[in-house]
Amino acid sequence: MSHIVNRQRNILDFALSSLLRRKGKNLGLVAVYTLVVFALASVMFFAQALKKEASLVLSATPELIVQKMVAGRHDLIPLSYAEKIKGIRGVGAVEGRLWGYYYDPLVRANYTLLVNDKYALPEKTIAVGAGIARVRNAFRGSTVNFQSYDGKPMLFQVRGVLSQESELLSSDLILISAADFRQLFGFPADYATDLTVQVRNKKEMATVAAKIQQIFPDTRPILRDEIMRTYEAVFDWRAGIIIVVLLGALLAFLIFAWDKAAGLSAEERREIGILKAIGWETSDVLQLKFWEGLTVSLTAFLLGTILAYVHVFLAAAPLFSTVIKGWSILYPNFRLTPFLSAFQITVLFFFTVVPYTVATIIPSWRAATIDPDQAMRT
Amino acid sequence: MLFTPAIIALFAGSLITAGLLVGAAFAGVQILLHWDLRDGSELQVKLERRTYLISTCVAYAFAFELISLFLFIYTADSLHSFFVGAMCAAGSLNANGLGYPTITFRIVNFLLAGLWLIVNYTDNKGYDYPLIRMKYVLLLIIAPLILAETVVQAKYFFGLNPEVITSCCGALFSANANNVAADILAFPPRPLEIAFTGNMLLLLGWGIFSYRTGKGGYFFAVTAFLAFIISIAAFISFISTYIYELPTHHCPFCVLQREYGYIGYPLFLALLGGAQAGLGVGILTPYRDTGSLQGTLPAMQKKLILISLIAFASFTMISLYQMVVSNLKT
Amino acid sequence: MIELQHIRKVFNAGKPNELVAVDDVSLTIEAAKVTVLRGPSGSGKTTLLSVLGCMARPTSGRIMVQDREVTSLPARFLTEIRRKTFGFIFQQYHLLQGISVIENVMLPAYPNGESFPRLKQRAEKLLSLFNLLPKAAARVEWLSGGEAQRTAIARALVNDPAVIIADEPTAHLDTKLSRELMEIVDKFKAAGKTILIASHDPLIHDSPVVDRVVNMRDGKLIDPGAA
Repeated sequence: MSHIVNRQRNILDFALSSLLRRKGKNLGLVAVYTLVVFALASVMFFAQALKKEASLVLSATPELIVQKMVAGRHDLIPLSYAEKIKGIRGVGAVEGRLWGYYYDPLVRANYTLLVNDKYALPEKTIAVGAGIARVRNAFRGSTVNFQSYDGKPMLFQVRGVLSQESELLSSDLILISAADFRQLFGFPADYATDLTVQVRNKKEMATVAAKIQQIFPDTRPILRDEIMRTYEAVFDWRAGIIIVVLLGALLAFLIFAWDKAAGLSAEERREIGILKAIGWETSDVLQLKFWEGLTVSLTAFLLGTILAYVHVFLAAAPLFSTVIKGWSILYPNFRLTPFLSAFQITVLFFFTVVPYTVATIIPSWRAATIDPDQAMRT
Repeated sequence: MLFTPAIIALFAGSLITAGLLVGAAFAGVQILLHWDLRDGSELQVKLERRTYLISTCVAYAFAFELISLFLFIYTADSLHSFFVGAMCAAGSLNANGLGYPTITFRIVNFLLAGLWLIVNYTDNKGYDYPLIRMKYVLLLIIAPLILAETVVQAKYFFGLNPEVITSCCGALFSANANNVAADILAFPPRPLEIAFTGNMLLLLGWGIFSYRTGKGGYFFAVTAFLAFIISIAAFISFISTYIYELPTHHCPFCVLQREYGYIGYPLFLALLGGAQAGLGVGILTPYRDTGSLQGTLPAMQKKLILISLIAFASFTMISLYQMVVSNLKT
Repeated sequence: MIELQHIRKVFNAGKPNELVAVDDVSLTIEAAKVTVLRGPSGSGKTTLLSVLGCMARPTSGRIMVQDREVTSLPARFLTEIRRKTFGFIFQQYHLLQGISVIENVMLPAYPNGESFPRLKQRAEKLLSLFNLLPKAAARVEWLSGGEAQRTAIARALVNDPAVIIADEPTAHLDTKLSRELMEIVDKFKAAGKTILIASHDPLIHDSPVVDRVVNMRDGKLIDPGAA
């Protein structure tokens, strides 16, 4: 056993000294390799972190929402529906939610207006999200002008700006009182935008949703889990698209790697010829090439992953965050929570180290089967 | 259709592994046709060189198969939130009819590739390459299987439809569902416990006998393979319930998660190792009397028997320990 | 010790630049003796040495090393036998540039699986035998001709081989160093090693250390009666 270990250790020793002897060529290879790992790792970390963020964020949303549909479109829901729904077995509280969109022609952005009874806002005061504060130059105590449904101006005083920590959710959010909401939009008194339903037993969710559908065929119950699934699918899908695009770069890298591995200089050929002449066997030289490849791979992989981590979690991924986040006018500034898993690392490994290793199999074999006689005659 | 980085990686990995093995099989055909040690011609020298390439390819394919087996399970697990009712990998794999076949193919191909490597290692110890024909015929058997695995896996992933309602492990592994896993549970644990214990003891006893006398290699291989199958069945049937401390939780995949201390890894690696070594003993047995392997083959078999016994013993010990310290009272 | 039967080595067979380097040579090399292959350049000495040292395969013929036929052994086993039985000193030394003297000496033993510290010790002993220990860490590019020669010899000895093969060892040496070399050869012979030298230097084949001289020309042995 120690015989095998010693042999590996000896060959590894020579492999490292071999790599260091040709610093120029190997540093170039490691640099490009690192770049490839960096690009792929950044995409994956970012998508994963967004997914995590989304699921954390969504965990605070209502588990079941009921919307009324008219001609396939979302319509206002009568508050009378709530009574009937309360009567379903397993249902706890049912509340009407008031929310909607306001288009601001000044900045050509859509704001989300929300009524939340927890924040008892006095008349004609609002709280705004950080994104809105930035584009409308709003701050605590300033005034903002909105146009109500009938064209009349409504003046609001800004009570405060929503915290930075919540920016991912609240960047384009405005909190408003119920009365102001109804006045601004001309919203009828006995209607709500949708209903939130509390179900006591999680396992009953699907059943309750089905029952609601039965009683009110003109409604659409939406489960939180469905939303989560959709978000996850979207982020994954977008990450997948970027990766497919990067596959082109990966392929170029593999060709480059093959070329580097196959392009033995006369000096390198001579060296291998000598090794074989003094008693190294083909499998010993193959082992040497294996260790060289592994060293290069691990170095590039480690460097690339660390750099990607810094790029995504410390610098907020400036290079391509636009693509994954989506198109918008109001971009929240937010810090992603670092999230790393062995699963991600393994996937990354399969994208980078595995193809690299395979690309170098044939060049390594060609090097290892060099005929010592001919290599030394040059 | 689902399109996550993990799926792309698995797909690429499968293509690469299939490429390696099919390429190796093709290269092996030339060797099967023209190999002649006595012949000092250019062709023979070329073929000898080629054997190095082939064994390198298979060695890498083997390593990738092992890693991607676990990657596959983890990917299936990461997808579970897309399927209503699925709580872990078991649910995702059940989302369409190709999930479990894929994993079966993966395990089979992993074991076969390992067998090839064992044969190759032994062959290299004989100065006249005595096992060379058998090796490359084996490769020709592996090649179509790996292609099948790639195709089935691709069909599985591309056929995943996030809207599909599937059963979570509770329903899947409960006695009411009608599929293979349910049949295992339909077994009352008692007979399975007896089969498990009995088989392990038989394996141990026969293994010691084989180790000392060098006989009975085939029987050992068969017993080891049975131990593999029975252990999996036993795990699903009762061992898992002790680890999860829940009489209705039988899933073999949840045990790979952090909340259970990743205990699944040593358990399944032990099983795979035990099966691999046991099968290795069997495949070498017909060549016991080959001249050039007189010194090395019996020693190789002994080592494999030892590895197999230690692996299965580890599995048994860990399982027993889990059962003893578990809070589940039966 | 080593027996060659009807060895023929042809390069580029069937092509217009076909070359018959060794033509039907049958030869027995005795153990613990110094044998010299003499002949002009192009006579096939180097090729014959390669075949004797199991580094090149003959096109036809048989080779027996220590009564074991090695002609049809796969490369894997042949290399192992060669590594453990033969120590080769090349005409151009063929040391690895860019690494130290001691690493060069240790290299042939790496695949044997010996522990690194033990191997290093052995190499250091060998180096001290040739007065090279102070230069152990030096890069081979900085060595003088004689030092490089001695490094090559030390390297050939690291696996304690039974046979030492040297190809034109005095080509880059002056008279004094050549005589010193023959003294070293004498020491090896006394230690029971078999020595094979290819040379057209009269200093070598006239030396009293040499037991037998084999003459070659155009790939054939001259005076096969003496073989």
